[in-house]
Amino acid sequence: MITPGSNKRFTFFFIFLLVGLIFLARLVYLQVIDDSYEASARDNVLHQVTLYPSRGLIRDRHGELMVFNDAVYGLIVIPNKIAGMDTAEFCRLLGITPKGFKDRFDKLKRMPGWAPYRSFVFERELSTRTYAAFQEKLFDFPGFYVEVRTDRNYKYNNAAHILGYIGEVTDKDIEKSGGYYKQGDFFGISGIERAYEERLRGRKGVRYVLVDVLNREQGSYKEGKYDSLPIAGEDLTVTIDQRIQQLGEELMVNKIGSIVAIEPQTGELLCMVSSPGYDPNLFIGRERGNNYIKLLQDPLKPLFNRPIAAPYPPGSIFKIVMALIGQQEGVLTPSTTYSCGGGYNNGSNFVGCHPHGSPLDLRGAVQISCNAYFCHVFKTVIDNKKYRYVDEAFNQWRRHAVSFGIGIKLGVELPHVYQGQLPKQALYDKVYGQHHWKASTIISLAIGQGELGITPLQMANVVAILANRGYYIDPHVAKYFGRDKERPNDFAKHNTTVAREYFDVVVEGMHDVVKGGTGIIAAIPGIEVCGKTGTAQNPHGKDHSVFFAFAPKDNPKIAIAVVVENAGYGATWAAPIASLLMEKYLTDTVKRQYLIENMKKGNLMPDFSPAGLARDSVMKAQALLKKQKKKR
Amino acid sequence: MKKTDAETSLERWNYTTKNYAALTQNKDISTEGYDWTIIITYLLMVSAGLTCIYSAIYTPAHSNLFDFQVSHGKQFMYICIALGLGFIIMLSDYEIYPTFAYILYAVVMLLCIAVIFVSAEVKGAHSWFQVGGFRFQPSEFGKFATALCLAKFLSGYDIKFKNIRTRLIAFGIIGLPMAVTLLQNDTGSAMVYLSFILVLYREGLPGWVLVLGVVAAVVAVLALLIKPLYLLITLSFLATVIIIMFFFIFRRQLTIIYFTIGIWLVSIVMVYSVDFVFNHVMQEHQRTRINVLLGKEIDLKGAGYNVHQSKIAIGSGGVLGKGWLQGTQTKFNFVPEQSTDFIFCTVGEEYGLWGTFLVVGGFVFLLWRLVVMAERQRNKFNRIYAYSVVSILFFHFFINIGMTIGLLPVIGIPLPFFSYGGSSLLGFSILLFILIKLDSNRVHELAGVMD
Repeated sequence: MITPGSNKRFTFFFIFLLVGLIFLARLVYLQVIDDSYEASARDNVLHQVTLYPSRGLIRDRHGELMVFNDAVYGLIVIPNKIAGMDTAEFCRLLGITPKGFKDRFDKLKRMPGWAPYRSFVFERELSTRTYAAFQEKLFDFPGFYVEVRTDRNYKYNNAAHILGYIGEVTDKDIEKSGGYYKQGDFFGISGIERAYEERLRGRKGVRYVLVDVLNREQGSYKEGKYDSLPIAGEDLTVTIDQRIQQLGEELMVNKIGSIVAIEPQTGELLCMVSSPGYDPNLFIGRERGNNYIKLLQDPLKPLFNRPIAAPYPPGSIFKIVMALIGQQEGVLTPSTTYSCGGGYNNGSNFVGCHPHGSPLDLRGAVQISCNAYFCHVFKTVIDNKKYRYVDEAFNQWRRHAVSFGIGIKLGVELPHVYQGQLPKQALYDKVYGQHHWKASTIISLAIGQGELGITPLQMANVVAILANRGYYIDPHVAKYFGRDKERPNDFAKHNTTVAREYFDVVVEGMHDVVKGGTGIIAAIPGIEVCGKTGTAQNPHGKDHSVFFAFAPKDNPKIAIAVVVENAGYGATWAAPIASLLMEKYLTDTVKRQYLIENMKKGNLMPDFSPAGLARDSVMKAQALLKKQKKKR
Repeated sequence: MKKTDAETSLERWNYTTKNYAALTQNKDISTEGYDWTIIITYLLMVSAGLTCIYSAIYTPAHSNLFDFQVSHGKQFMYICIALGLGFIIMLSDYEIYPTFAYILYAVVMLLCIAVIFVSAEVKGAHSWFQVGGFRFQPSEFGKFATALCLAKFLSGYDIKFKNIRTRLIAFGIIGLPMAVTLLQNDTGSAMVYLSFILVLYREGLPGWVLVLGVVAAVVAVLALLIKPLYLLITLSFLATVIIIMFFFIFRRQLTIIYFTIGIWLVSIVMVYSVDFVFNHVMQEHQRTRINVLLGKEIDLKGAGYNVHQSKIAIGSGGVLGKGWLQGTQTKFNFVPEQSTDFIFCTVGEEYGLWGTFLVVGGFVFLLWRLVVMAERQRNKFNRIYAYSVVSILFFHFFINIGMTIGLLPVIGIPLPFFSYGGSSLLGFSILLFILIKLDSNRVHELAGVMD
């Protein structure tokens, strides 16, 4: 039927079709072309719950538990799921201020990898009380979750440097791990925890759960098809003997220095003490950050792992190495004798010696620790006519020293191992000019002074070589993993460049040291101990007290090196400590309780009072003056 | 192709004779004349709507369709009531609609005004009566009351739409409920009355008014996006180019030149008034909504949240959808208002592209069919009422789906027949059933001719 205006219906048809087509085009775009919405929908409802495995336990060589785990509750946040929460109440429960709340978010937003749909650690560890309060009210704070993970706990407050500690990963670590770690994860930062991180940490599991808009769990995703269970880390048994580690640390109280003990045949580290140390329990819980700062600022550097990282002049114990090199080079026999008139004089240089009978053969020189004797030995080694130039002979000497693990990084698994200092030909060429130096120029090396720096671990390794009469196994801490006692890997055996036959006379000499020489205090009734004292001069103050030994003489079970800084003679502090530890290890008891008490009483700490510091700086200034005079 | 009078008469005669038997049987209820296509479309839509509501609020604890504690059960009840009302409307005498149009309009308007003073606030709006356990929104009934009133007025004896006075009264009839609804603080529902401009267009309002409306909308959007000064320079440049083009090239098409100048002047006013309204009249949440829509602000937590989640729901449905009760967005309540204003999300998520195609296609089909129906009316009252129905449904369809797919700002109005809500379902149903009743009467009119 035709009425005026009925043609206008076409306008209506046109509008309907146009709107319909625009809608359909938009729907095709939303539903077919742009597939980001599917992922967004998944992000909305899929909540990934990380299941943290428990970290491997650590036991000592006798199966004594040293490190175990505690459950820790961390507060996780997924920023874009926060909705309509009572911030004031939240802050009250957590014990933070609203400003602190805001600051934390600002901090999170600055983190690399920030995305509102990712989960971040808001509070690393909730106290048990906070956790209890939170658990009840978690539904009031959508976007926040509690994640259970494990933190370390230490049964004994010792061996901190060996065990190391775990802490939160940094962004760099996350990057390096190729995505295994995420923000807030813990991992081994030092010591064994770091060395065997990948075996100790186990494998994280994951569970996907569906959540509704208020983050209430609505069941598992696809019947758990994509879920995985966490795999616990492997338990590790270390070579450390908890008992002597404990005793060692007690004996080193109020002293600066190191103890390293090795089982010679296997290279297993029996104890490793760095003093002053710290209680490993400081590195767990909410206070770990503050404690770390405190330790870092301590002038005594308790975090510094001295046994593997601090070089000391070895002093007289180096004479043992000299005796072996001299024999190998054919310039020294057990019957070689030199006389000593209170020292060694070679024109420009004079090396003093303490009064003793003269002349001495090799065994006697080791027993008495005659400086002059070993200066002669060093001179014959370096000025050996076998070689055309001094530097050739020096390099030969150096090669021998290296074969004793000196001047190289020993293959221990721990991080931050220092190789020590063993001078190279280039150094002397630079200082004196090529061919312008000879044995007498560098004579202090003969008695373990001069440009020589050896870590306590290297000292212990040298004495282990003596115990083995010619070889060492890479010192190590890991004994085996898991119940099946699987060895972590084969530790390499290294032969020295000195032949087996030259060792006996030196060992005899060392035996004499303890029987009736400088180290008589180290003697243990019923056990034949071989040792050597050292009194290492150092430019910064009083001499370091050094002693190394092994026992028993035949079929040795323990090789030990002790360094006590600024403590004077090797026989005063280092030797008794070494002796006590050997006794403890070999007989499981110490009969000489009075000696333990004496050692514990000794306080050799530097004086940090104003008066002490003043005295210290005066001494340093004097030493500097002396040095400058020498140069002139 | 025009039919001759003779042909038309013959056609009528054939039609009448064909139906005469039925018409003379003196049956009060006759299925003859009812547009079954529309009735079936209506039934399909409310059923689909019910299915979606069931899914949107589904909890295993209330899985029974007849559980009247929850929305789907209530909606089922409303559908039954709507069908009952429809039955009563079919039984009624079609004469009562023109007769009581003014009275009905007056009563509904009074209710709409009364509700402002006696109602409790629901989501910032005062538009609900609370009677016992039921709430009821008079503005939903304002639409068909206004439609009837407008139809009655414009179909009146010796009313000419060209007359300025007529136009003013017509705008008054539309403007009153709009103003009242605005006072209820229900902007979305108030805007629905704008759709009556389409009816007026059909009844004689010139087409340029619509063009002007579209241009105004485009300019308004641009005014929000671009700084007023730059926009004016651009518009002036465009206007100059068009004028010069028509003046020199097409030899003085004066009408178009005047029209261009007119549009240019209106644009200037628009730009500044939009700027003023946006910055000084609108409320903060409205400003934010508009900014979010225009992409000037990204606020996925606040104003943009609904639309963002709605787009995720629809977008994640893909081609085939996730299946009934399988939509994660739907099931876990990520889209607020999902059973009411955002019901289209459920379609998109659970039925995918084919579902949304069906719904959009269904609405276009329904609207098309209603226009055809409107045009076949022999009296002006019926036709104007039919176009009112078309315009109202179209506006709801356009705004609601446009909003859920992120093309239009969030204006909270329901999707007819789909959205949960007794008042809106009953309102739309009555609107449609009255039209069906009026339409069916054309047969009787013919019968009258024969008598």
